[in-house]
Amino acid sequence: MIITRDLTKRFGDFTAVNRVNIKVKAGEILAILGPNGAGKTTTIRMLASILKPTSGQVVVSGYDSVSHSQEIRRLTGLLTEHHGLYTRMKAHDYLRFFGQSYGMGADQIRARAEMLLERYGLGEAVDLRLGQYSKGMRQKLALVRALLHDPSVLLLDEPTSAMDPSSAHLVRNSIDDLRRSDRAIIVCTHNLFEAEALADWIAIIRRGEIIAMDSTDQLKRRLLGNPVMELRVASALDGVLDLMPEGVRTLASGVNWIRYEVEDPGRINPIVIRTMIEAGIPIVTLAEVERSLEDLYLRVVENGRGEVVR
Amino acid sequence: MISSKQFTSGLATFAGAWTLARREIRDQMRDWRILTPIILLTLFFPLLMNFTARQAVDFVERYGAPVIGDRLIPFLLMVVGFFPISISLVIALESFAGERERLSLEPLLATPLSDSQLYIGKLIASMVPPLSAAYLGIVVYLTGLYFRIGWTPTVSLLLQVVALTTVQALVMVSGAVVISSQTTSVRAANLLASFIIIPVAQLIIGESLIMFWGRYYILWWIVLAQSLIAIVLIRIGLRLFNREELLGNELDVFDVRWVGRTFWNAFKGGAGSIGDWYRGVLGRSLRSIRIPIGITFSLLVLGFFAGFRYASVFTLPPELFEWQASRDEFAEALRRFGMLSAAGWVKIFLINLRAVGIATLLGLFTLGVLGEILLMAPIAIIGYLAGNIYLAGQDPLLLLSGLVAPHGILEIPAALLAGGAILQLGMAAISLPKGSSLGEGWIKAAAEWVRIMLGLVIPLLVAAAALEVFVTPRIALWVLSGS
Repeated sequence: MIITRDLTKRFGDFTAVNRVNIKVKAGEILAILGPNGAGKTTTIRMLASILKPTSGQVVVSGYDSVSHSQEIRRLTGLLTEHHGLYTRMKAHDYLRFFGQSYGMGADQIRARAEMLLERYGLGEAVDLRLGQYSKGMRQKLALVRALLHDPSVLLLDEPTSAMDPSSAHLVRNSIDDLRRSDRAIIVCTHNLFEAEALADWIAIIRRGEIIAMDSTDQLKRRLLGNPVMELRVASALDGVLDLMPEGVRTLASGVNWIRYEVEDPGRINPIVIRTMIEAGIPIVTLAEVERSLEDLYLRVVENGRGEVVR
Repeated sequence: MISSKQFTSGLATFAGAWTLARREIRDQMRDWRILTPIILLTLFFPLLMNFTARQAVDFVERYGAPVIGDRLIPFLLMVVGFFPISISLVIALESFAGERERLSLEPLLATPLSDSQLYIGKLIASMVPPLSAAYLGIVVYLTGLYFRIGWTPTVSLLLQVVALTTVQALVMVSGAVVISSQTTSVRAANLLASFIIIPVAQLIIGESLIMFWGRYYILWWIVLAQSLIAIVLIRIGLRLFNREELLGNELDVFDVRWVGRTFWNAFKGGAGSIGDWYRGVLGRSLRSIRIPIGITFSLLVLGFFAGFRYASVFTLPPELFEWQASRDEFAEALRRFGMLSAAGWVKIFLINLRAVGIATLLGLFTLGVLGEILLMAPIAIIGYLAGNIYLAGQDPLLLLSGLVAPHGILEIPAALLAGGAILQLGMAAISLPKGSSLGEGWIKAAAEWVRIMLGLVIPLLVAAAALEVFVTPRIALWVLSGS
């Protein structure tokens, strides 16, 4: 649904985005991560047909972003980094204007607006001027604006950055719902927890280039190595380490614990458990050591290059 | 004829533009900073003008000069219309630059509204409230006058004032929206607004003089001229409107290196040597200005014949053209002017160069029009003198062959080339390739102008000045004295 081919954008001598290739199908979420100034917003603006690529191509739902920019804008919901609301307006007036810009009828606008405002907890704020909204409310209204015309493609730049935890949770759930209703979604975020929770695919962009892209699990595996397991037992591990099956690489151990790396936990871990039982060592826990997306992100961004898979 | 498809497309464009305009107008109606002056200028100001008119009429009638009152009332009518529309300038300057400052531009640009819908929507939004206020102000003023002194305007005067008010608003707003779309802040837009305020102020002074002079028919020409200017400005606006640059931050940044590089690349045109440059690049430039040169040539012919025709309207005394009698004075005048000397050569060249320079400056701000007029004015004068010589019973070819042709053979081609280059430069803003920035377009047009000047016009003027100083006087004396 969203495809870019060698997407490049230059501003004079400065290359903001360099040969970016991404593909997001309906029902998928791609999270674009990257430091400030990495080219995330420029990429989003090209996908939304606001900026024209210097070279390369953007195709959204079969439309080329240069020759069919209006069609793409009609199909796309864009949540911009800055909400830029018209502060003297009220929510319904504001949404009516955007609905009309998207060619929606009055009844359709009213129905969608009421439903979305209720859903995002803004139903009681409709009589306030937008200038009176809190930062989080403004962000939610901006999201409502992006969703108003029921777009099949969503481009969300920092969708929860100004929200309190419960609002952010609500928004994340609704993004997840939208994915399930077959939208193609791209989320730019600095919130790595959010990216990990939502995205099917992660792309890390640095200095305009995608330096790593894959599913979260695959990226972790490729860039942080095999899963690491931690086994804790009720008695001392003396002599047991020698009994560990082939395929286990011990990373560290203590009196009653061992941390090891394993390529195929599904096959090896049952063998480890059986070995422990046969040796008469009661197992307390066996769990994968949590490796966060943050570790991955920092490693990729600091080292400069990961591995682009898609 | 407009096809039904074009009509439908026009309607669709207007519908989208109106969506934007309606939002903006509603928004303006909530802003007390816009509402207060509009209300004051709509209601209070016309009543003040009523009072002023009444007092002025009473005062001048006491001294038996009712004509002043007669002229003052229509003038105040124009002022009542103009003051509210001055607000449209402020609104229009804020249109895009303000949205950019408030960071609300990107969501707007992400809508399916087309570039023309956005531009026209902003244009309408900036015009409607002030213009409505102006019309209302006119109604209040006229109603007050009717009840105070029983004065009513002629239909023609009323139409003129309404038309003037409308086109003035359109000119100011279309210019201001262009400025607003080319700046990154309201402050920068306000600074550039002097490009609108100064000419409009001059225009208002001119219109006032015309009204006090009682030559109301001239106002129709002003309406026509302003309508044309408005069309040109709207075209410039649509041409320059660029979603991409609206979001950029570099519009206000003066990058000397970029300017220099862009200019040099355009000037050089990829030539490897001076020979290449003369043959290839200059040839390309000449081809690119062949239409402006054609227009300049038409103006030259028109200027000559207009001058020739006016000789019968403003005829000079025939004795002025008794060459035999004035031969010695003529020879003395030539010597005084430095003819037949190297100093005269330099002087003539510098005068011509200055004329081209001034014509270029005037052309820059008038789409080339004033530049062309200045360059072709001498041709009209030559036509006028030739006409007078003809009316004096002599052969105008004497003048042309003795005083014009010897150096004109080089100077006239130089003037045609310079006129063409100036017209091209002046029109650069409205003939930019779509998507090009104003700066880039102007720098390239300036490079083309410099190329024509350095490569052809200046060498021709140097040679023409030499002919004018060393050859023309001798031939002139010989031809005119008949010796």
